Amino acid sequence: MKSADEKLNHVLPQLFRLEYTKMTAVLCRHFGLKQLEIAEDIVSETFLKATETWNSKGLPENPTAWLYTVAKNKTKDYLKRTSIFENRVKEAINEDAFQPASDFDFSKETITDSQLAMIFAVCSPANSKEAQICLALQILCGFSVDEIAAAFLSNAETIKKRLLRARTALRKNYFEISQLEKPAVTARLDTVLRTLYLLFNEGYFSKFNNQLIRKDLCSEAMRLTLLLTENPLTDSRQADALLALMCYQSSRFHARSDDTGETILYDQQDKTLWNQELIERGHHYLVNACSGEQISKYHLEAGIAYWHTTTTAPDKWQHIFDLYNQLILIEYSPMTALNRTFAFAKVYGTEVAIKEAENLGLEKNSYYHALLGYLYSETAVQKAIFHYQQAISLTKSKAEKRTLSRAITSLERSIPSI
Amino acid sequence: MKEFVLIFRLNNQTELKTTPEQIQERMNWLAGIAAQNKLADKGNTLSNESAKTVHADNVVTDGPYTEIKEFISGYVIVKTETIDEAVELAKANPIFKMGGNIEVREILQRK
Repeated sequence: MKSADEKLNHVLPQLFRLEYTKMTAVLCRHFGLKQLEIAEDIVSETFLKATETWNSKGLPENPTAWLYTVAKNKTKDYLKRTSIFENRVKEAINEDAFQPASDFDFSKETITDSQLAMIFAVCSPANSKEAQICLALQILCGFSVDEIAAAFLSNAETIKKRLLRARTALRKNYFEISQLEKPAVTARLDTVLRTLYLLFNEGYFSKFNNQLIRKDLCSEAMRLTLLLTENPLTDSRQADALLALMCYQSSRFHARSDDTGETILYDQQDKTLWNQELIERGHHYLVNACSGEQISKYHLEAGIAYWHTTTTAPDKWQHIFDLYNQLILIEYSPMTALNRTFAFAKVYGTEVAIKEAENLGLEKNSYYHALLGYLYSETAVQKAIFHYQQAISLTKSKAEKRTLSRAITSLERSIPSI
Repeated sequence: MKEFVLIFRLNNQTELKTTPEQIQERMNWLAGIAAQNKLADKGNTLSNESAKTVHADNVVTDGPYTEIKEFISGYVIVKTETIDEAVELAKANPIFKMGGNIEVREILQRK
């Protein structure tokens, strides 16, 4: 009996993560965005019922189908109840937003279309970037408030408030979710891509230590980007470039941190751990991305990531540096400026790169000091140690503090004993 | 933050064909300014062939204005606190190797 319980405990959270957002998206498309809460309530009730029923009667043969059937019945019940209200009151108050359509299903196609529509609904210009990502995590990826708070290094109360505000804005936004149409897609595609890009980066670069959640963030972002590229309405060369970038980056996921979550720097990674299959997927999407005229920042970043997957090309760093030159002209960011300087050092040597770095004016940035620490390592050990110490005091990440301390220790070892 | 336009001038005797190294140097200079978040507009190169100068009385001459034996080859707009900072950025430009010069002028927004 115990093993059955264990199985249930294992299956339910997994199903929840997989199916909650799908079912919500389908129902929401059915009800309209204004009734997001109703859709979520129905799905939550469905899972509650699943927990109760499966606990006493055991797991059904096809749990997913079971969930869909229950959700559908609950929806019908709900519509029956509200239609009484609707018929009596609707004319009086002239409410137009609510149209209880006759039927709907949970087919694979409906789910995909609904999720795609939901991506565009969530990426509303009415909300800030941060709020869009929070919403995406909650509504599209099924993250709990606590998980979102952890991913943002924030507390649950702040996230709750942010989500509440964002949802209110979403309701007032009158975005038509039932049918995704070209003008809405065109108008919001940039925002959608940026949200997915940030979602991926949140997982890939975040200071958050939980590897499992970080990996989840990355794969959710990739799943949603893949949805975009597979639909003719939302497919674009930028989406291809973004997906290529994600494939290349995530190919190093296993190689870039050790068992304790500590970062392994690019140069020290075990290259046999790089996932070749993902690298090849990356090539595929990069080729697709380059079939158009336009070069977006995703193209440039995918190009940079591509060169990082090569190990032997002699002019690799020159290519990377040139791409960073183009990228920084499209959009300034401190991270791009620092990475460009790192590539500059690889091409022109550390001496000139130090000058270039010290011009950046990023004294409050921990990565700035980590970069200078690295650049000074060969020529001025004391300065290098000073900058590494600055970096340690500026970063909040424990894993990073450890990595930086290790760099200091190895530098100290290289100083002849005083 | 103020904006300054850097106006590039070359002597009209200068060999105009640029080598890949020169292009790389210019790009490095420009991206270096962007990396300091001081680039307001990456500007443009001004064509030397497709150029005419319009004078009074409907007199139009071919080519850029070269009365001073120099012509304007392009411009870039930077954003810095002071004109001296803009001058420092200009100093690192490779144009001086070709005998060119850079004029730095603050942009006064039209009201």
